[in-house]
Amino acid sequence: MTRLSRALRAVALATSLAGLPALSPSASAADETGAQAPKQYFPLATFRVGAYASSGIPSWAGIIDYLRYLNEVEGGINGVKLFWDECETEWAVEKGVECYERQKGGREGSPVPVFLPHGDPVSKALTEKSVADKIPLLTTGYGRTEAIDGRVFPYSFTVLFSFWSEASSVVNYIAEQVGGKDKLKGVKIATVYHDSPYGKETQVPLDLLAKTYGFENIQIAVPHPGNDQSAQWARIRQIKPDWVFLRGWGVMTPVAIKTAAKTGFPVDRIIGGIWSGSEEDVRPAGSVGKGYLAITPFPAGQDFEITKKIKAAIVDQGKSDLKDLKSFGSVYYNSGLIETIIAVEAIRTAQARFGKRPLNGEETQWGLEHLVLDEARLKQIGADGLVQPLRLSAKDHEGGGAGKVLQWDGAKWAIVSNGWVKSDRELLLPVIYERAAAYAKEKGITPRSDDTAEAGAR
Amino acid sequence: MSFFLETLAGGLLAGVMYALVAIGFVLIYKASGVFNFAQGAMVLCAALTFVTLTERDVPFWLAGLITLAVMVTLAVAVERVVLRPLVNRSQITLFMATLGLSYVIEGASQFLMGASVHELDLGISDLPVEIGPIQLSSFDLVAALAAGALVIALALFFERTRIGVSLRAVADDPQAALSIGIRLPVLWAAVWAVAGFVALVAGLLWGARQGVQFSLTFVVLKALPVLIIGGFTSITGAIVGGLIVGAGDALAEIYLGPLLGGSVSTWFAYGLAVVFLLVRPAGLFGERAIERV
Repeated sequence: MTRLSRALRAVALATSLAGLPALSPSASAADETGAQAPKQYFPLATFRVGAYASSGIPSWAGIIDYLRYLNEVEGGINGVKLFWDECETEWAVEKGVECYERQKGGREGSPVPVFLPHGDPVSKALTEKSVADKIPLLTTGYGRTEAIDGRVFPYSFTVLFSFWSEASSVVNYIAEQVGGKDKLKGVKIATVYHDSPYGKETQVPLDLLAKTYGFENIQIAVPHPGNDQSAQWARIRQIKPDWVFLRGWGVMTPVAIKTAAKTGFPVDRIIGGIWSGSEEDVRPAGSVGKGYLAITPFPAGQDFEITKKIKAAIVDQGKSDLKDLKSFGSVYYNSGLIETIIAVEAIRTAQARFGKRPLNGEETQWGLEHLVLDEARLKQIGADGLVQPLRLSAKDHEGGGAGKVLQWDGAKWAIVSNGWVKSDRELLLPVIYERAAAYAKEKGITPRSDDTAEAGAR
Repeated sequence: MSFFLETLAGGLLAGVMYALVAIGFVLIYKASGVFNFAQGAMVLCAALTFVTLTERDVPFWLAGLITLAVMVTLAVAVERVVLRPLVNRSQITLFMATLGLSYVIEGASQFLMGASVHELDLGISDLPVEIGPIQLSSFDLVAALAAGALVIALALFFERTRIGVSLRAVADDPQAALSIGIRLPVLWAAVWAVAGFVALVAGLLWGARQGVQFSLTFVVLKALPVLIIGGFTSITGAIVGGLIVGAGDALAEIYLGPLLGGSVSTWFAYGLAVVFLLVRPAGLFGERAIERV
């Protein structure tokens, strides 16, 4: 064997071990139904290796366990069973786009009903492609906030809780703690954010909210990856804010909690954002994380009816995708479960119009824009308390706009807010629509009319 | 004034943590002229092995010994599988081999030990300590002591042991060293093993700070400017470079960041490194290459 071929072998081994399979999506289409009836393809862009694998793995389990539950217990969606495959993105934009390109054509005769990008940067990169391909992007708890305006962004669905709503709900929770919105005047709120487009997304709404309620809005950036924050927390110590709103990602969150503790800032005055509020974020911080707060549209817990059903039918039968069962009911597990419930209900809604068969993206987009998940339907699913009530339309791709506040007790999260903390959507939406209109003008897009969705899929 | 001193001291202590990683690079570069891209992956591998063992109730000291054994085994394997077949190849070839190696170590570590985030408690308090007018982290002070002890141990290793002296000979003149019978493969394995030990120390301290997770590999991002400033061939340079980067980052973030409206430490250390490359390419303590023409 030549040295060159040895070197090539080493590189091949390296890439396979390091997980660069975005070039070759997993061929293991999980056809577990064995049925001949047409099945609905449900593509999964996953990151099981790389820097963010720890947050991804429980999420995919939430998705896959629910799909298995649907197939095995409910016989699919109105009898249409589901199958899926995975494409590894390593949470990298270019690999995420490549996975989208590889999966968008569908599998085994089934088109793609919906695509879950699983990453804020890649969801932004796919905005225009998804319109051209007529495949809706479902981004729960991330994605471009202006995409709430479906008249301009027909195929982007920033469902549940946009970053603007996240910021507003945090301010409203602080208002509850200080005795009302009128008491916010003079309160110092420092936002410690990941220095990226995702991290900066809340600057505009916080500026607006600060002007409206009179609190002091302080912005402190943390460069990626955020594994040393001594300078940022020295500034916090100097400024002495009343509250810190932590908008981290990955390692930035545990380092922030630890650095806060070592600089003497009270951890129970830090409210983490959506992506700073999982077990994986706070567990590495150890005992100093006790008391840390976080706002989330993905409440943790195993006591919801649907999680009990999944536990009995899937987890206890040894069929769960989870290797480590302690993640069952975690924030990330439930996030996968919640986004799949929304996607499945949109397909179900669309089936009522287009027939009980595998649907394409255009049809599912109609289903999403007509999705009504009210308390009654959520109760039927067993997801009341887990998923907030939603009603989507062409003009509103977010629908909910509320989060629950969790507090870490040293071992697990406890829900400490009084139900869902709503955001000031009536204040934010006009600005969001203005920004969407500006985007439309810049890109030469003619916005759809408000009642476009009523006309059905075109 | 006390705030300035506190920021400076905090930055210097943070710099020590970067220097710990940079030392691993220096060791391998000194012995073989290779910039080891896999050093970050070695930090991850060491910390992940250690924490995987302690989570299975293996005593702290035994977990340390087993991890050290794993790192030595890895060093021998690297010498056999990667370095030996590439003897006499150009430095860029060796560099590319270490790039591939980093993927192998990262992938294998996650494959064998999982991708979960682990808490690592070394039993060192990380609460604030008041020293005169300034507040410092007790953990950072312990890390600085550990770095100091490591430098002394490495200095003794290079000065007092046969392998250490041989390594210095190879670093000075590989051809002459070979001609007097120094066995290069043994030395390479030895130096990679020592770099593995340094990775273990760095991995434990960084892992205790941020949790043991994949992003430990990112700590090398700041080690690069440390090396450029301090010089690739000097352990003292790695320490001094680390202190400069740590203090520079912290002060720039506090005093320059608000003026520029964003995070400065993303680029400040690299900007400083570029200045050093222009003014003193070998770094503060690096050896200047003299070539006869």
